[in-house]
Amino acid sequence: MLTVENLHVYYGAIHAIQGISFSVRQGEIVTLIGANGAGKSTILKTISGLLQPREGKILLEGEEISTLAPHQIVARGISQVPEGRRVFPELSVLENLELGAYQRKGKEHLKELEWVFELFPRLEERKNQPAGTLSGGEQQMLAIGRGLMAKPRLLLLDEPSMGLAPLLVKEIFAIIQEINAAGTTILLVEQNAHMALSIAQTGYVLETGEIVLSGSAAELVRNEEVRKAYLGL
Amino acid sequence: MSQFLQQIVNGLSLGSIYALIALGYTMVYGIIRLINFAHGDIYMVGAFVGYFAFRAGLPLPLVFFLAMAVPALFGLTIEFFAYRPLRKRNAPRIAALITAIGMSLFLENLGILIFSPDPRPFPRVFTNEPIYFAGGVTISIPQILTLAFTSVLMISLTLFIRFTRTGKAMRAVSQDAEAAQLMGVNIDRIISVTFVIGSALAGAAGVMVGILIPRIEPLMGIMPGLKAFVAAVIGGIGVIPGAMLGGMLMGMAETLVTAFISSTWRDAIAFGLLIVILLIKPSGIFGSSSRTKV
Ligand SMILES: Nc1ncnc2c1ncn2[C@@H]1O[C@H](COP(=O)(O)OP(=O)(O)O)[C@@H](O)[C@H]1O
Ligand SMILES: [Mg+2]
Repeated sequence: MLTVENLHVYYGAIHAIQGISFSVRQGEIVTLIGANGAGKSTILKTISGLLQPREGKILLEGEEISTLAPHQIVARGISQVPEGRRVFPELSVLENLELGAYQRKGKEHLKELEWVFELFPRLEERKNQPAGTLSGGEQQMLAIGRGLMAKPRLLLLDEPSMGLAPLLVKEIFAIIQEINAAGTTILLVEQNAHMALSIAQTGYVLETGEIVLSGSAAELVRNEEVRKAYLGL
Repeated sequence: MSQFLQQIVNGLSLGSIYALIALGYTMVYGIIRLINFAHGDIYMVGAFVGYFAFRAGLPLPLVFFLAMAVPALFGLTIEFFAYRPLRKRNAPRIAALITAIGMSLFLENLGILIFSPDPRPFPRVFTNEPIYFAGGVTISIPQILTLAFTSVLMISLTLFIRFTRTGKAMRAVSQDAEAAQLMGVNIDRIISVTFVIGSALAGAAGVMVGILIPRIEPLMGIMPGLKAFVAAVIGGIGVIPGAMLGGMLMGMAETLVTAFISSTWRDAIAFGLLIVILLIKPSGIFGSSSRTKV
């Protein structure tokens, strides 16, 4: 579904992504794991069109999308739940969700709204509250729900576990699996390798802008280097 | 007492002008964090369009329509040709600010070149004859028109921002532009809409000032532009109700000072007010410090 080929991204003179290639198959959960500063968010921002690669290709079902603007990429069916949640603090929960469905016509999004409220009942209870008054976990739920409102084919998730208590992380990851089971392909970026590999089928390990290891999630969990460096075993 | 009430009426109509201009400053700042110094000159454009439209004998609604549409087109064009290329190249903010000042000087000098620097009397469309209002307070038809039309514009703007899809997107962009783009918002379009609305409001203020103080000139945008900017900062830059309140406060302070203290102090008061309010609340009356990000 998504193929990234030989991607190079720069911040001015900083060469943040140094020739990365990977692919995401339809229906999968794929994870990119790596330490802070490895380049995970940069990759997602480039896929979403917020950053332009200097070299390389991003193909969605064979179509080159790396030259498109962010709103055109959303229109192609890729949504991102950004790192740090980034909800609109002064808009209500409902308004945040409506913005997620910004490109959809009429009342098309009401089905997703119902689904999001089913996945996260707490959001429905708080739908008229400003998003800035939600707890961190609730904001993460809102960010994911907002990402689903566009009814994406591919959902990019940037560190959904960040700053959350372990129990809440479990809850969120169970819901990510549920979203995937409902037919949405997922590219999950995580520092929490343990959780990410537990739900993904395929994984890539990123170190300072390069992919150093890749394989099925089961293989990576057994890999000595991964166990030492990322799983603390 | 009636003298005081009279000054309140006068202050509100002057304040309407400042508030309408301040809205454009604050909306543009809210969306792209730019102080658009050319905004005061957009108001001048509105006044001149109104002048020619009245002289051509057009009916009042059409005059207002043109005096809002032409400045809107100016705002759109300036954004497209001057500010957008800088944004696309990630130019530092100071570059955009200098460009805005350059744009302002350009419009002022273009005005002088085309219209000559001399002030010209605005067509007397309405009698300035005072109408007696309760308790010895008087109000003129231009003042009634100004207050009524300003209210209509402010209410429409508030409803637009609050309830429409584009209005919600504007609020989202002002809170987090990058996240708004990830929702599929075309940020260039939102910026264009913002310039169009802000410039149209300034254009409306330009005609109203022509009707209120029947005299216009190419440099007429400088002082009101500066005061409206101050009003926007007092209210909390980037916050729409803040610009409305700030503009009204500015108009009121100016009329009260002129009436009860001295007109020489008038302009000093505008800036004194800024300093006092910012000392008490650095982010402005409605500004929350959390908004001043980056
Ligand atoms: N806006 C930026 N300007 C300059 N360098 C940046 C910027 N954002 C990220 N970087 C650098 O790029 C590298 C990758 O960052 P990032 O993609 O955020 O990593 P991760 O998401 O894996 O923590 C880091 O070295 C970081 O310092
Ligand atoms: Mg990151």
